[in-house]
Amino acid sequence: MKEFFHRKIERNAIGFVLAIVGVASIGGIVEIAPLFTISETVEEAPDMRLYTPLELAGRNIYIREGCYACHSQMIRTLRDEVERYGPFSLAVESQYDHPMLWGSKRTGPDLARLGEKYSDAWHVAHLINPRDVVPESVMPKYGWLMRNELKYDDLGLHLAAQRKVGVPYTDEMIANAQWDAYGQANPDSNQAQGVAERYGEATTIRVFDGDPARITEMDALVAYLQILGRLTDAAHQSAAVEE
Amino acid sequence: MVSGLTVSERQLSLAVLTMLALCGLAMAAAGRADALGVHGFIVLAFSLGLIFLVISRYNDPEPPEERLAHYYDDPTRVGIVLTMIWAVVGMFFGVWVAALLAWPDLTFDAGWASFGRLRPVHTSGVIFGFGGNALIATSFHVLQRTSRARLPDQFSPWFVLIGYNLFCVLAASGYLMGLTQSKEYAEPEWYADIWLVIVWVVYFLIYIRTLQRRKEPHIYVANWYYMAFILVVAVLHIVNNLAVPVSFGHAKSYSLFSGVQDAMTQWWYGHNAVAFFLTSGFLGMMYYYLPKRAERPIFSYRLSIISFWGITFMYMWAGSHHLHYTALPQWVQTLGMTFSLVLLVPSWASAGNALATLNGAWDKVRTDATLRFMMVAAVFYGLSTFEGSFMAIRAVNSLSHYTDWTVGHVHAGALGWVAMITFGSLYALVPWMWKQQRMYSPKLVEVHFWLALTGTIIYVFAMWNSGIIQGLMWRTYNDSGTLAYSFIDSLVAMHPYYIARTVGGLFFLAGAIVASWNVWMTIRMARTGQHQEGGADVPLYGRADAVQAGE
Repeated sequence: MKEFFHRKIERNAIGFVLAIVGVASIGGIVEIAPLFTISETVEEAPDMRLYTPLELAGRNIYIREGCYACHSQMIRTLRDEVERYGPFSLAVESQYDHPMLWGSKRTGPDLARLGEKYSDAWHVAHLINPRDVVPESVMPKYGWLMRNELKYDDLGLHLAAQRKVGVPYTDEMIANAQWDAYGQANPDSNQAQGVAERYGEATTIRVFDGDPARITEMDALVAYLQILGRLTDAAHQSAAVEE
Repeated sequence: MVSGLTVSERQLSLAVLTMLALCGLAMAAAGRADALGVHGFIVLAFSLGLIFLVISRYNDPEPPEERLAHYYDDPTRVGIVLTMIWAVVGMFFGVWVAALLAWPDLTFDAGWASFGRLRPVHTSGVIFGFGGNALIATSFHVLQRTSRARLPDQFSPWFVLIGYNLFCVLAASGYLMGLTQSKEYAEPEWYADIWLVIVWVVYFLIYIRTLQRRKEPHIYVANWYYMAFILVVAVLHIVNNLAVPVSFGHAKSYSLFSGVQDAMTQWWYGHNAVAFFLTSGFLGMMYYYLPKRAERPIFSYRLSIISFWGITFMYMWAGSHHLHYTALPQWVQTLGMTFSLVLLVPSWASAGNALATLNGAWDKVRTDATLRFMMVAAVFYGLSTFEGSFMAIRAVNSLSHYTDWTVGHVHAGALGWVAMITFGSLYALVPWMWKQQRMYSPKLVEVHFWLALTGTIIYVFAMWNSGIIQGLMWRTYNDSGTLAYSFIDSLVAMHPYYIARTVGGLFFLAGAIVASWNVWMTIRMARTGQHQEGGADVPLYGRADAVQAGE
């Protein structure tokens, strides 16, 4: 009887290694590579704006504190989710998210459409002690966000790194990054006007943490939470078309 | 440790450690204004400590030539101890974060002690610290026995083991400082990722060099799985961690991928970390220690082949079932679901092969808690792979996703399968490694078994209940056609289950502490000279043959 074919394969270590790599590569190549080439994968959204430096800093704090472990930012195409959270999420809404923060678990609610749902003061109170505003909450307290000054002098480097991975920040945005961060949290400062010029008139320019004297990590995180779901109107438009 | 190395290997160690120390110094200097600097100092202290250790033993006599006639097991012994340390650390953090969900103020008013930073310490601590060290330690042992060849040299296994643990330390300490890429189970930042690639290449080279010198014509099935684990984890790790650092003085980096492509890449990684780290590697363990302990040959060779190639091929398609009903194109979701369902075939082939191997040895399962650990592991492997395929169905996933059901599923696999097969294998391996007839206390092995099983069942049942209740509450409508429950209603309903899960975790942690003590006492028994030659440590094939040295 002819020798069972596998008997040969398992006598050759290098051959076995190549077989494993070959067999294991197919799935990923078929499923991932086309996502970069098929144009319908990500919708068009001409009104899409970029994160301001302050919002990007806030997003980095969101990542640092592991918020994504309990909050998703991905509303699924299910009736109850749309009614609870708002229009379902589109791929374009996270096209500049390096990395994406879709999340995998909802110990707390989805945050994809959180922006401007609550006031800045609510967010500040909630982050300092969630149980002051939602007595049943199990969210951690984040008191240090109010105590820590935001490190924003290196935000230009952050924007430059973002540009390297494909986010279209302009030279002007990169050069003014730290002043734009300052200006967005200080509406009365000379730097505030530049933020609106570079990121659009609709950009929220406020004293997010209620303390104009300092730029805190709280300013950055609240600025980020207030822009969630508001970078583009595409999801609301597509919901209107369906109705 | 050091006295087992030849003089040239001691010199090589000093050279490598000096380079590592210089890297640490460079990181500390470049990142002085950043958390990167702290990691630089950790790397520097770590390598200086090891340099001191090598120098203090540098003039010890060289090991005799005769060593080449024996397997090289020192790294495995140290690996076992590290495995037990990480088990206790990782599971302690698990119980802590579980308790925080029931009692959120059970912590300190400081960033490092908040849930979001502690959670990855738990997940990385158990997956990479506990699981990874167990895989490295057992793979060195299994590789040598099944190849009847000694490890190729004495330096590289230490490089892999210690280098890997440096990675784990950087990961865990980084999370506490808030350093994370946010990609689940791939959280460590760019420099730690690069370091892991270097360690992993050396690990692969050890494997291939030993296999090339094997005295056994066929590569045993356990090694197929260990090789798949090493190779595919390398591919997954490199692709998913592609990122651009803010600067060489910043720990922070930005992922090369964004949005939907990033989500798919991340879950291709995430699901296959489960497949190739937590399944393939531990199947390798099972395919050696279970038949050895049962003293029965593997039930079916062909079933092993089907399950191996089935798992290696199909798992890589399944990741997209983490993204049902999201902005990921539906064709990818459907592919992921389809392959997840077919995946049940090779998964149950493995579980069935393991259980059928026990035929004729069931009396041992009853009396030997070590073998019972492995049997229960195979049962949980079968259960959780069935559950996984079930949850990958779109309609089921619409209920289960984002809920505690997923957490319960993961723990059925992690506690029931990964930890049980590890403890079973270690209870078999420890007496062989320290030349004892048995563990210090077989009774404590029995105690550990029941603690672990009770803990797992409490945990999994609690999470099944909470997950399904959560999922149902989120989608319940009242008579007027509006949502019946607010989000906070569903959270309040979770409270009793979050307490139950903490209790389940405590049981499991208690078991791990009992195990650590038992392992420690077995080692002490060996040290205090109660040498009883264990007769079990002979090559799997050709039992009577003497161990052959590598040429």
